[in-house]
Amino acid sequence: MNRVLPILTILFAILAFWYAAAIWMNAPWQNILNGRANLENVPFLEFAQQTWAQDKPVLPAPHQVAAEIWNATMGLEFTSRRSLALHAWITLSATLLGFVFGTALGVVLAVAIIHNDATDRSLMPWIIASQTIPILAIAPMVVVGLGAVGLTGLVPKALISMYLSFFPVVVGMVKGLRSPEAIQLDLMRTYDANPWQVFWKLRWPAALPMLFASMKVGIAISLIGAVVAELSNAAGGGLGVRLLTGSYNGQTIQIWAALFIAAGLAAVLVAMVGAAEKIVNARIGVRA
Amino acid sequence: MSVTSITSSTTGTGVALPVVKAEHLGLTFSTNDGDVVALSDVNLTIEKGDFVSFIGPSGCGKTTFLRTIADLEQPTSGTLEINGQTPENARKDRAYGYVFQAPALYPWRTIEKNIALPLEIMGHSAQQQAERIKRTMDLVNLSGFEKKFPWQLSGGMQQRASIARALAFDADLLLMDEPFGALDEIVRDHLNSELLKLWDRTKKTICFVTHSIPEAVYLSTKIVVMSPRPGRVTDIIESNLPRERPLDIRETPEFLAIAARVRDGLRAGHSYEEVV
Repeated sequence: MNRVLPILTILFAILAFWYAAAIWMNAPWQNILNGRANLENVPFLEFAQQTWAQDKPVLPAPHQVAAEIWNATMGLEFTSRRSLALHAWITLSATLLGFVFGTALGVVLAVAIIHNDATDRSLMPWIIASQTIPILAIAPMVVVGLGAVGLTGLVPKALISMYLSFFPVVVGMVKGLRSPEAIQLDLMRTYDANPWQVFWKLRWPAALPMLFASMKVGIAISLIGAVVAELSNAAGGGLGVRLLTGSYNGQTIQIWAALFIAAGLAAVLVAMVGAAEKIVNARIGVRA
Repeated sequence: MSVTSITSSTTGTGVALPVVKAEHLGLTFSTNDGDVVALSDVNLTIEKGDFVSFIGPSGCGKTTFLRTIADLEQPTSGTLEINGQTPENARKDRAYGYVFQAPALYPWRTIEKNIALPLEIMGHSAQQQAERIKRTMDLVNLSGFEKKFPWQLSGGMQQRASIARALAFDADLLLMDEPFGALDEIVRDHLNSELLKLWDRTKKTICFVTHSIPEAVYLSTKIVVMSPRPGRVTDIIESNLPRERPLDIRETPEFLAIAARVRDGLRAGHSYEEVV
């Protein structure tokens, strides 16, 4: 109970602020509408309800967004082009594939970097430079470019996700794989262990906490990558496309619904990585 | 010595090779601030079954010497032989078990899995592993803690586990670098007397680095007094104490006489003077 109460308090505060902001932001347009309809001196409570029920409000009220999410997921066939569940699935599949690619690439690069000073010096600057390029500039080139050679759908989007998500994994794993202390490495040397054994029995388990920490960041930005990639290919569908078409048509409710689905998806994905981390932690005896 | 050098230790006939034989051993580290002489002209022979303590202030090269025996550092002059081999070959033969200053247990492994680590690396079968884990855990009185993780054990128990790990693969030589330095005196007394019993039972050769005079005198058959700048041996003391040593032997005149000689050796090496 003493955990639920603060959470609910914050939630109510946010909702109250949101409803108030909706009145304030939608009022100018509502005044114009009421002026056209020759409505004068509308009581405040009635006016507030009007601002919470517009078709294309500047800021939709929470219940409008909730209703849109419900209607667009449960209220429609999954195969419908307007189903948010379908679009969420399209985005999710690209996110997961890109996350798997990105994690694998990140681990491979980290292993190469820690085992070879030359790779460290030659690769690391490029890896860091890769993240200074705005993804919004890269994504259309990759999606359109790959589309030109006949590669469309899931893979181009997954590549953008990979492009974003490999970075935290590389940085985290380089740190993690280098985390064994000198004394732990000396111990391996006294056993005349081969590099393979040093890696699997020392470096890899030592790096696991960093792997999970970076995977949590990685899977969240993987989703961002998939959404951004979808902006460049409206035909492919996905949450990014819903955001884009929503903004073209002034469908603010649709935009907010897609935003909330994306945020919820990210939360679930991060929680799943967290759950995997807990299972592994229990096996390797991390103090609870 | 020329006779023993042609007699193989494995034949079992004649005089056995010394376990450690250092002649004019020197080690100089090159650093950005210039060369640091860590060891200079060290001559020492350690016979099978010896319990040798290395004592001296920090910077006297006692740990460096132990690491050189273990092939964790390479000498820059002189010769060093372990069982008649180069240190590198001895290491590849898994001739020694090393106990570090800290337990250096892998935190993601249970105690039994930590002890299994060298056995896994050296390719022992699962059955052999189980046997040896049981035997060495009995030896260090840790039975019942097999499934615990290191953090669930006290510092003294962790260090005992690390000794068990060093014993698990049956190397005849045990190198111990201030293994009880971080423990309180009561635990240390207890582990010292256990270590003596273990040495007596297993007949191993032990090299033990310490900066405690009572610890060195209590444990050793031979005490190597070292002094710093440059690290060198100032005295080698053969102990005449009996093998059986109760803790209160430390109040006997014989014990105190050896301790006094160790102190003299340290003083002769200017170990008690202020560092300028």
